[in-house]
Amino acid sequence: MTVAVFEVFRQEKRGAAFAHAGSVEAPDATFAQAFAHEQYGRRQESVALWIVPRGAIHAVTDFHDELEKTYHRVDGYSLKAKLKEARERAGTATP
Amino acid sequence: MDAREQEFVEYVQSGGQVETSDWMPDDYRSKLIRFIEMHANSELMGVLPEREWILRAPTLQRKLALTAKVQDEVGHAQLIYRVVEDLGKPREQSLADLISGKAKFHNVFHYPTKTWGDVGVIAWLVDAAAIISQKALLKCSYAPYARIMKKICWEESFHILHGRDVILTLMNGTDEQRELVQEAVTRWWAPLMHFHGNPILGDQDPMYVWRIKSQSNEEARQQFLDGYVPQIWELGLTVPDPKLRKREDGVWEYTEPDWDELKHVVTGHGPKTAERLDLRRRFLEQEAWVREVVLAEAA
Repeated sequence: MTVAVFEVFRQEKRGAAFAHAGSVEAPDATFAQAFAHEQYGRRQESVALWIVPRGAIHAVTDFHDELEKTYHRVDGYSLKAKLKEARERAGTATP
Repeated sequence: MDAREQEFVEYVQSGGQVETSDWMPDDYRSKLIRFIEMHANSELMGVLPEREWILRAPTLQRKLALTAKVQDEVGHAQLIYRVVEDLGKPREQSLADLISGKAKFHNVFHYPTKTWGDVGVIAWLVDAAAIISQKALLKCSYAPYARIMKKICWEESFHILHGRDVILTLMNGTDEQRELVQEAVTRWWAPLMHFHGNPILGDQDPMYVWRIKSQSNEEARQQFLDGYVPQIWELGLTVPDPKLRKREDGVWEYTEPDWDELKHVVTGHGPKTAERLDLRRRFLEQEAWVREVVLAEAA
C-alpha cells in the first residue's frame, strides 16, 4: 500500500471561488481530509475545502487562437475613432 | 548549455515561472530539490530549539503560543517536502538523508537554546531573517514553491510578533531579564550574520542564476540589518560588533563574519547537530509503527 496525493482547494469566505491551495499526501480520503483540515484550515483561513485525488484532475493547457477571433473579445472592438467621427457628424464633438 | 537550456534560463530570468509538468533542465531540477529540501529540513529541525522550551515557558499563554509555532513549522516542513516529492524525491528519502547527515539544514538550528531570552531572540530575529529569505521566494521561478511560500509567510508574520512580544515583555521587566535578552542577542549575532550565507555575487550563485532565489545573499543580509538593527538599538540593546554602522549611502558595514565557522556548522559540526539529529532519528524509529498501521489500515 502506498500513499496518494490529494489536491486541496480552499474557499476563503462564503461566496468566493475555490482556489487551489496545495496538496497533501495520504493513504486514503479520510486521512486526506484530516491532513487538509490541519494544513489549510486550522487558523480560520478557510470556510470550506475540496479534496480531490490528483488522478481525478484532467488538465487542459492548449489554447490556440489560429483564427485570431478578436470578435468575441473586448479587445476586438476599438471604438475611439468611430465615436469621434460619429460625434463630428452629429456636431457634438468637444473642441 | 544547449539552446533549449539557454532559452529556459532567459525565460526564468525575465520573470517566467515553471510548473511541475513543464520541461526543465536536469540541473535546474536537482538544484531546486537541493534548495527546497534544505528548506524543509530547516523547518523540521527548526522546531527542536523551541520544543525544548515548551515545558519551561513562563506562562500558559506562552506555552500555547510556542506550541502553535512548533505546529506551524512542522506544517511548513510537510508542505515543502510535498513540493520536493513532486519534483521526484520521496519524503522517506529526504528524511533518511537528513538523519544520516547527508542533507543540510540551516545554520541557526545547530545552536543551543540556553535561556528563555534565546527563545525570544529566535522567534524575533531568526524568524525575521528567515522571512526576508522567504519573502524573496514568493518570486521563485518554480511556481508551486512560490505559491506555498505565500501561506508560509502569512504564518511567519505571527511568529515575529510573538517573538517581539516576548522580548518587549522581558525588556520592560527587571534588570536581570534585560540582561537575559542582551546575552541572547550577543550569542545569536554571529549565527544571524551567517544566516543569509556568504556574500557570493548573484551572477555566480546558481540559485540566483536559475531565479530559485530572487535576491543575492548580501542583499538579504543588508535588508535584515536595515530592518532590525534599529529595532535592537531602540530597546537599549547592543550588537556585539564595534564596526557595525550604516554608511551615508545606506549600506551597512560590519565585521567580516567567520565563514569557516558557518561551513563547519552546516556540514554537521554545530554544537547541537548530533544531539538534534539523534532526537529526530529516535522519533522516526519510535513512530514507525504509526506509519505501518495507517498504511495497513488503508490497504
